Amino acid sequence: MLYQDTVESEVLVHRPWFVASIFGVVFAICLMFNLVGTTFGELMRPVIGDPLQSGVYGRFAIAFVIGVTFCLNIVLIGFAPLKAQIGIVWIELLTLFLAFFKAFNLSLPFIWENLPYLITQGVVTTIYVSAVSLVCASVIAIIAAIAKLSSNGFAYAIASFYTSFFRGLPLLIQIYLIYLGLPQLGIVINAVPSGILALSLCVGAYMTEIFRAGIQSIDRGQWEASRSIGFGFGLTMRRIILPQALPVIIPPMGNTFISMLKDSSLVSVLGVWELTFLARTIGQPTFHHMEMLITAAMIYWIMSACLEVAQSRLERHYARSKAR
Amino acid sequence: MTAGLKSHLKGLDSGDSSQAIGNVLRESLSSQESFSQKHGSMSADIIIEATNVSKWYGTFRALTDVNLTVRKGERIVICGPSGSGKSTLIRCFNRLEAHQKGEITVNGIRLHNKMRNVTEVRKNVGMVFQHFNLFPHMTVLMNCMAGPMWIKGVPEAQAKKTALKFLERVRIPEQANKYPVQLSGGQQQRVAIARSLCMEPAVMLFDEPTSALDPEMVSEVLDTMTSLASDGMTMVCVTHEMGFARAVADRVIFMDWGQIVEEGNPNDFFTNPQHERTKLFLSQILRH
Repeated sequence: MLYQDTVESEVLVHRPWFVASIFGVVFAICLMFNLVGTTFGELMRPVIGDPLQSGVYGRFAIAFVIGVTFCLNIVLIGFAPLKAQIGIVWIELLTLFLAFFKAFNLSLPFIWENLPYLITQGVVTTIYVSAVSLVCASVIAIIAAIAKLSSNGFAYAIASFYTSFFRGLPLLIQIYLIYLGLPQLGIVINAVPSGILALSLCVGAYMTEIFRAGIQSIDRGQWEASRSIGFGFGLTMRRIILPQALPVIIPPMGNTFISMLKDSSLVSVLGVWELTFLARTIGQPTFHHMEMLITAAMIYWIMSACLEVAQSRLERHYARSKAR
Repeated sequence: MTAGLKSHLKGLDSGDSSQAIGNVLRESLSSQESFSQKHGSMSADIIIEATNVSKWYGTFRALTDVNLTVRKGERIVICGPSGSGKSTLIRCFNRLEAHQKGEITVNGIRLHNKMRNVTEVRKNVGMVFQHFNLFPHMTVLMNCMAGPMWIKGVPEAQAKKTALKFLERVRIPEQANKYPVQLSGGQQQRVAIARSLCMEPAVMLFDEPTSALDPEMVSEVLDTMTSLASDGMTMVCVTHEMGFARAVADRVIFMDWGQIVEEGNPNDFFTNPQHERTKLFLSQILRH
């Protein structure tokens, strides 16, 4: 929550000038596009007659009705309590998106037919690759972050070279380099392990910086208090510093994990049968591209949403000691 | 601790007001004197011994040939203007800071750059900081239990018992399950004292323990420290609380420019300071 002013001001969506200007904007945008040929035109048939014959009058009427509906909507939502407002706006946006996808005339039977396979093979592989990379990346990140904060020249040099290199290269090239480059050294690894390796190294490099910032954000006094009791470096790090750094680390870490979940689709270039790969290969021969892509998109979204929920749970868990 | 003292303390715990504190104070002072007279010459009594300690921050000389001996049961107050090296000195005593010249021996262990057993020293030296530095992600009770459990390997049940005993000692057992942010500054500082006491240290170092507190909370912390002193705890306090120094200290040390300028028993120190610098400092600080 932002800092809340103690002086209550009138709700923004109930101010006449705001509602008027919103109406103006929506009205102008709707006038710009000729909507008489769309579903809106059909809905307005009782008023404007045959939409295609209505001309400027029909265009004007449609824009006016949309503008009024929109403004009425936001004014009414303005009366609801906070939680209801959030829920209503979410549902409305979701409905709009579904209506948008419906306009594609997707073949639902095709989706239902392929969905089970998409989940049992694609989703499972994606989750497997992401989860293993997540654990590996966290371990790499903690070690590299401590190395970057240490006064040991070798540790610092190796860690900073690592972060610079793996943050500086596109993930796609890293994946190719590991899959095609390591065999040159005589190390042949399969597609899935090399995908996991590439993801872990890349995400680990980003998370190194997150961990470093988190550890540095802890007051020096905590180190001093801990060391003065007699705790060693490891104990201080594990029991005193990291638990306090976690609340700072979690939001950016959630970010990184969500983007990694989606970056795992790049592993498809190695022929790993994960979600994006399957969506493309199933859609291509039957020209049902859109069906599969949208289904995959929805599945990615649901998985990201799960990570978001996990993140907010964790944040709430660590907010305990901050409550007054 | 003598049996008589114990019974007095019991009286103190059951709420027997300030008279008890006074009695305990007087009694322990006298027993302390006879104790140090009897054993004063033995080197085993020396807890901290600093000889010719010097320290530099870059080119700035923070400490210059400081000599200080702390014996068992002694209560020493160090005062002086800010930047005079008081805090640096006591932070050297548990190796939070490194000294570059001279020798510091704590509990028979010499402090130096390559020491491997610094934990052995810190286990026996409690430290209370100006800004409390409690661990905010742990409850008050856990703050007190962590040291004994993780360092000494004390079982949880026993650590809890010890922690509650010392929280009672600083008179806030009812706050045990709260988090530090939920307490007032004075309460937090008392928890910090309890946390150090739980390690049952041989000496307690106080680094301006009341400087960050509201005026009305200063006295509750000073009361705790006074009653600690009356238990015979060895204490080295950096503080500007001259009333506390006068009432509790065996010796008052005045530092300036990283040197010990003057050192003496509180009576002489306050009524008859020898050095001009000390007189000036006292006139500044006691004017109000």
